[in-house]
Amino acid sequence: MRTTERTPNLSQLVRDASLFWLAGGVVGVSFGAIAVTGGLPVWVPVVMSLVVYAGSAQFSAVGVLLAGGGPVAAAAAGLLLNTRTAAFSLAVADIIGRGRLARFMGAHLVTDETVAFALAQPDPVRRRAAFWVSGTGLFVIWNAGVLAGALAGDALGDTATYGLDAAFPAVLLALVLPALREDTRIRRAALLGAAAALAVTPAVPAGVPVLLALTGLVLYGRGGAV
Amino acid sequence: MSATVAVILALAIGTYAFRLVGPVLHGRVELPARVQELLSAGAVVLLVALLATGALTEGDGFAGWARPAGVLVGGALAWRRAPFMVVVLGAAATAAGLRAAGVA
Repeated sequence: MRTTERTPNLSQLVRDASLFWLAGGVVGVSFGAIAVTGGLPVWVPVVMSLVVYAGSAQFSAVGVLLAGGGPVAAAAAGLLLNTRTAAFSLAVADIIGRGRLARFMGAHLVTDETVAFALAQPDPVRRRAAFWVSGTGLFVIWNAGVLAGALAGDALGDTATYGLDAAFPAVLLALVLPALREDTRIRRAALLGAAAALAVTPAVPAGVPVLLALTGLVLYGRGGAV
Repeated sequence: MSATVAVILALAIGTYAFRLVGPVLHGRVELPARVQELLSAGAVVLLVALLATGALTEGDGFAGWARPAGVLVGGALAWRRAPFMVVVLGAAATAAGLRAAGVA
């Protein structure tokens, strides 16, 4: 891991990250359970989580498989959802670090939550610490959750009962709020992007709306901070 | 079963390739400050679109009232600079409470 002497407030980072770790773990449990109760063998969700490690893409790929949509459609649905990670990896490339090992390991840890959590930190040292601490923790807990869910099968109820589906958007909202609050240009671009994504959601495949949100960036270039 | 293995492999390799774009380009291609700034803004725009569609939609339809209400409560708490834990628990508890009360 990174040298702890240079990472201020490590316990604060862990405390903040632990909440979305917990939520991620529970979503992982439900992913494992859904895959196995749908008829897939235990190793499928477990191996998929280790090597793909992208929640929404895994859900959609397994969903397509279980619905009988065929392997090509399943892979395409998941990959389309994950195209956004290319943009995220560009945004955090500097945060991940320059060492060969850091790059190749760090790339695998790029997720929505980890990127948001890292970018929310105030300085480069803390951003790097936040990326590695939250990314490693989420990877371990997500995969432990998937394994537990796959083994437990349908012994679990519906996780929507606990409101966890609301926790994830709320986590992202809390993480981007500082950037939205202090930068008018980002706020305008983000609002336009979100409106565009919502408008096209009923009409296009999953994964596409979020990519179309990037059109909101046309508002980012105009004028200075107002 | 080999079809399932192919799906997992294709997803794993493709996803990892997407994730490598940034780290591999970094240091080789010197990005102008303006582009770097645009990438950071782009990440925030993507995250806001993710949270908006995640809060309001399920599949290609409306997610129901409980979830966006929970997210809204979480957002209000975050706006008032409540601790992260309060934000997350407030959002989940609101959605769970509304569902328990019969609101979809």
